[in-house]
Amino acid sequence: MSEAGYDYKVVRGFAFSALFWLVIGLVVGLWIAFEMFNPALNITPWLSFGRLRVVHTNGLGLGFGLAGIFSTSYYILQRLTRTPLAFPGLAKAHLYLFNIAIALAAISLFMGMNTTREYAELEWPLDIGVVILWVMYGINVFATLIKRKEKQMYISLWYIIAMTVTIAVLYIVNNLAVPVTLFKSYSLYAGANDANVEWWYGHNIVGFIFTVPVLAMFYYFLPKATGLPIYSHRLSIISFWSLIFAYLWTGAHHLMLTPLPEWIQTVAIAFSIFLIAPSWGSVVNGYYTLQGNWDQMRSNYLVKFFILGITFYGLQTIQGPTQGLRTLNAFFHYTDWVVGHVHMGTMGWVAMIISASFYYMMPRITGNDLYSIKLANIHFWLILGGQLTWTITMWVGGIQQGAMWKATNPDGSLMYSFLDSVTSLYPYYRLRFAAGIVYFIGILIFAYNLIMTARNRKVEA
Amino acid sequence: MGINSKPVVFAVLSAAVILVGTIVTVFIPMFMPSTQPVSKFVKPYTAVELEGRDIYIREGCNNCHTQTVRPLRTEVLRYGEYSKPEEFAYDRPFLWGSRRTGPDLNRIGGKYPDSWHYRHMQSPQGMFEKSNMPPYGWLAENPLDTGYSVKKIKVLQYGYSEKEVLAQIEEYKAKVTAMDYDSKDTRDQVTPAALRGGLTEMDAMIAYLQKLGRDVKNLEAAQ
Repeated sequence: MSEAGYDYKVVRGFAFSALFWLVIGLVVGLWIAFEMFNPALNITPWLSFGRLRVVHTNGLGLGFGLAGIFSTSYYILQRLTRTPLAFPGLAKAHLYLFNIAIALAAISLFMGMNTTREYAELEWPLDIGVVILWVMYGINVFATLIKRKEKQMYISLWYIIAMTVTIAVLYIVNNLAVPVTLFKSYSLYAGANDANVEWWYGHNIVGFIFTVPVLAMFYYFLPKATGLPIYSHRLSIISFWSLIFAYLWTGAHHLMLTPLPEWIQTVAIAFSIFLIAPSWGSVVNGYYTLQGNWDQMRSNYLVKFFILGITFYGLQTIQGPTQGLRTLNAFFHYTDWVVGHVHMGTMGWVAMIISASFYYMMPRITGNDLYSIKLANIHFWLILGGQLTWTITMWVGGIQQGAMWKATNPDGSLMYSFLDSVTSLYPYYRLRFAAGIVYFIGILIFAYNLIMTARNRKVEA
Repeated sequence: MGINSKPVVFAVLSAAVILVGTIVTVFIPMFMPSTQPVSKFVKPYTAVELEGRDIYIREGCNNCHTQTVRPLRTEVLRYGEYSKPEEFAYDRPFLWGSRRTGPDLNRIGGKYPDSWHYRHMQSPQGMFEKSNMPPYGWLAENPLDTGYSVKKIKVLQYGYSEKEVLAQIEEYKAKVTAMDYDSKDTRDQVTPAALRGGLTEMDAMIAYLQKLGRDVKNLEAAQ
């Protein structure tokens, strides 16, 4: 408990849960990255690529991502409302059940209980668990907001509200299924319809886990860390409402040139292009907040994370709509280009912002100084270098694969077999693995730095 | 702005805003015939094919293989006729995938004999030295569990009676265990002796792969 009776235990618990699942998720990521050029690592069914890939995506999306969101949003919520959590006991139960659920999720995916619908792979009993966890979280969010002492809700709270509402709608609608046994169910939807529902979900779960709450962190922690107010409140209002309006129309850009009705694809392309505007509204707001104070990039170790993070967000939100265009999509879809795209968002934007948010919060919730700013700087450069090498490697590999798939001989026949296109990527896969190791070392330093901060091991200067 | 001091109103308004695109692009199309066309040429999966599909799902094959051929010249050249919506009427869930680490499989049915698949599943590297596909020989060491087949077919409303489901299983078992099965030698090589008389998970997987894209050929022949 802090000076104002704020519940920081749950903030801290979720922060270390996030770090734990981050490390696990990255180890699995490295393992499957190695399998991509050396299939000998598929030692048992439990370690085969098809099962492990979903452990990687769920472990990082649900384990690291959600825990990071819960940690920071419980903190932001209390600070911005100037009110302690309405139900600290519920939040504590939420923390424990969350970790049990993620552990069960990982085990069930290792065992092959997998619905195959991307980012919604968990079988129905775990889906029910996720919904219960979400309700527990939502009760605390809204009860605290209703009890709040600060009348106006700041930008970050808008994003937290929008996430809480939208994830509930997405998760429930998309996971509707008919159970056969406790461990097996069939989707309620079929064929093109199932694909449409799933990618409406798949796109927006990324939007409302990896964008909306991360923007909540950005809008809160950037001004806090720099002592500078957000450049434009009006711009943030316009960005917020147009972002959450436009996002939900765009899922079908994942289904370009598939048997899904063409008009749904075209509407998705149009809204994807529109989405650049609200996305860049936040980017511009972030940059202008620093105007006249850019020296903080040197003097304040946290600012680097925020500015590079929002820069990757900006690049991500240009690249995404662009690769959604029909002609470009015909070339890039199904290649490693898209894999590079996703990882710029997660390894660049999401991880940078959560890192900086944790660095800001941890000294304040523990009352200890940060263990080492020097280590935080090393962490920054390692994850920046690792991520850039990782994503650029995948983009180049993706272009190469796309070109090989399309190449024809003068007589009109295909120039390369599919296998040619796979084996030509192995050098890229090796480099990607090496970049992943660099990134992973950066994350280990991050975790070490926070653990030592919590233990108050800072060496007196 | 008044709304910024009213959290419940704010939440309701947010929900309304996100539902507009959802209703137009997802909820309304659910009830349009264009998202769920049917064709008399597309038949539901048999019990064995469905069990194979469930193994495909369990092993996450969709993480590396797509099942949708796009209407692009080189793609049709590589895989065959592009995918039509009615082909997927019985696909719950859909398995279109999002990444081609391996080739598309929507037209794999009938492309190779069963023996090719037995050998390839057991050792992809034995067939293509530099392939990065995981080996799945262990599927031949697992007897196929058909205990829920009847229930599964019922849940999916494929319209087969219990008797028909059991007959489909017996029929496929008779096919692969027959002395004159064209892939008998390869099947015997990959299947442990004790399991050769029954169905294994690999048998079902291959039954499923051989079904993919076959219906569309009938559809085209009729057009």
